[in-house]
Amino acid sequence: MPNSAKVPVIEVAGLTARFGDNTIFENVTFQVFKGEILVILGGSGCGKSTLLKHLTGLYRPAAGRVLIHGVNINTEDEAQLQQLRMGFGVLFQSGALFGSMTLAENVALPLQEYTDLPQDTIDLIVKMKLGLVNLVGYENHLPEEISGGMKKRAGLARAMALDPTILFFDEPSAGLDPITSVELDNLIKSLNAGMGTTMVVVTHELDSIFNIAHRVVMLDKSARGIIAVGDPRDLQKNSPDPRVTNFFNRLPPQTKETGAANGQKNL
Amino acid sequence: MKAALALDQDYAINLAGEKGREVTLALSGRLALENLHRFKTELQALLTQMSPAKLTVDLARVDYLDSAGALALLELESAAQAKAIPLTFTQVHEEAQRIMGLIDRQALSQPPLISAERSEGLLEQVGEASESFFDDLVNLLTFLGELLSALGSSLLNPRSVRWSDVFFYMKRAGVEGLPIVGLIALLLGLIIAFMSSLQLKQFGANIYVASLLAVAMVEELGPIMTAILVAGRSGSAFAAEIGTMKVNEEVDALITMGFDPVKFLAVPKVLAAMIVVPILTIYAMFFGLLGGLIIGVLGLDLTVYAYVQETKRSIELFSLVSSLIKSAVFAALVAGIGCQRGFQVQGGAEAVGAATTSAVVAGIFLIIVTDSAFALVLHYIR
Repeated sequence: MPNSAKVPVIEVAGLTARFGDNTIFENVTFQVFKGEILVILGGSGCGKSTLLKHLTGLYRPAAGRVLIHGVNINTEDEAQLQQLRMGFGVLFQSGALFGSMTLAENVALPLQEYTDLPQDTIDLIVKMKLGLVNLVGYENHLPEEISGGMKKRAGLARAMALDPTILFFDEPSAGLDPITSVELDNLIKSLNAGMGTTMVVVTHELDSIFNIAHRVVMLDKSARGIIAVGDPRDLQKNSPDPRVTNFFNRLPPQTKETGAANGQKNL
Repeated sequence: MKAALALDQDYAINLAGEKGREVTLALSGRLALENLHRFKTELQALLTQMSPAKLTVDLARVDYLDSAGALALLELESAAQAKAIPLTFTQVHEEAQRIMGLIDRQALSQPPLISAERSEGLLEQVGEASESFFDDLVNLLTFLGELLSALGSSLLNPRSVRWSDVFFYMKRAGVEGLPIVGLIALLLGLIIAFMSSLQLKQFGANIYVASLLAVAMVEELGPIMTAILVAGRSGSAFAAEIGTMKVNEEVDALITMGFDPVKFLAVPKVLAAMIVVPILTIYAMFFGLLGGLIIGVLGLDLTVYAYVQETKRSIELFSLVSSLIKSAVFAALVAGIGCQRGFQVQGGAEAVGAATTSAVVAGIFLIIVTDSAFALVLHYIR
């Protein structure tokens, strides 16, 4: 992680997510520092993707707040929100490319919308961005003409179009074969190292977590919140919480029956 | 109006040196996407203006450099190389080095693997359109064969039909369509009766408004209008539903589980439409005639009894039955084409939209063509 790491760019304080009577998580508090790759992890249904949607302003919190560069993401000021959104990019699970547009058009879209650059400069930037994600030559392909891994990389190129200072990733490795998954992880690492972009990644792929994460925030469904924050290798070895060590050591969660049989405390 | 990126900070270029000699450009401030165009233009202009023998670009006071800024510097390097001017970047801090190192210079000049022009020339476009038309025709005929075969086997073995789905789509296409069909038919009846009354009044033939409307509603307008409304409401919905299932690989899942997707998905929809559309047609006829009655009683001083008697006298049983048969055929066409267009979907959301539009357009086209055929055949049968 770069030396500038201790400048917080995202501050989450007392965040609570609730749908009707169903509380997904409550009182979640953590920070993301400049230039780091923070992984949000946890088992299925613990609220990882919900948390990401709160960080990107797609969901409004039931309580608490999310500050990005010190500005509340749930601001009512549309112009301020627009400015904030231009400062971050999101890679969705499926890539979320627009099917009727070529890859070049997908990447060019934010540049055409938010800048007054001439088309030839936009074309050059698009080529550069596609080059960054190893998709040189695929400018005129439609999303349906490329593989799942390529779609994610193209989605990443689009997310980076405006050179955001923060990138959010929702399950980047989901549905990819192990080699493509490692390639994407390496790409994330190299972009982080090269451009210093702060990255927040939601995943439960352990290999991916150990490969890319500077720090992790672990959510748990039963705790309805964070149960661990820190370096994944430290947590794997030294966490006092068996839910954390079990997760990192690929052990099934402790059940009442197995816990009682082993004479362990159920959590 | 485009929202412009923030311009909190800007850049500055300090020039040192003489034209045609060694020149140093000391850059400072923020080199980023928001000022890329100005920065690039200014650098190019300086390069042309100064024509240096040697160029040094000092990056010591650059506070922020993003990939767009790095791209501009690499572009300057390429331009200098093209003019055989030796260029050196000095005092490049670590972050800038990393960003510049990320950019694949070869990628910037590499041509796309496929051309942006997907079709060329009128002849090629006509050829592609013809090929697409014949493919479409073959697909339609193939689907028609599959649908008839599935309907035949369903009739031979009624227990194999998913009746719960049939009732569900009867409710969707029929019950939920009652308000709009009733309203449109009533307004249509009002309009036709009113417009025709303006003419017939002149000849004192007010009572024939009832005859005119009865014949028009029962023989043509009732079945056609109802079928067009069903095409708009239900044909499009069938296409969108099956199209989305295709995109989500649900149709593939049915096939791999050994289900016939036509029998599983299309037959209940087509059967439901064939049952419910004739009923909707009678309903539309009733409201159309009611519209005429309102005009007859309120605008033409006819009694309700006289209007109803004239209407009854004008409606033949043959016309009514043939109209109901016609509406069942229209229903099969509209539902069938909706399902067929849904099964044709390949790709994503755009393809679903195209299939939905195509289902409505083709449905209405088929209704008109079939109605013409019916008009001709019924004329000779009667």
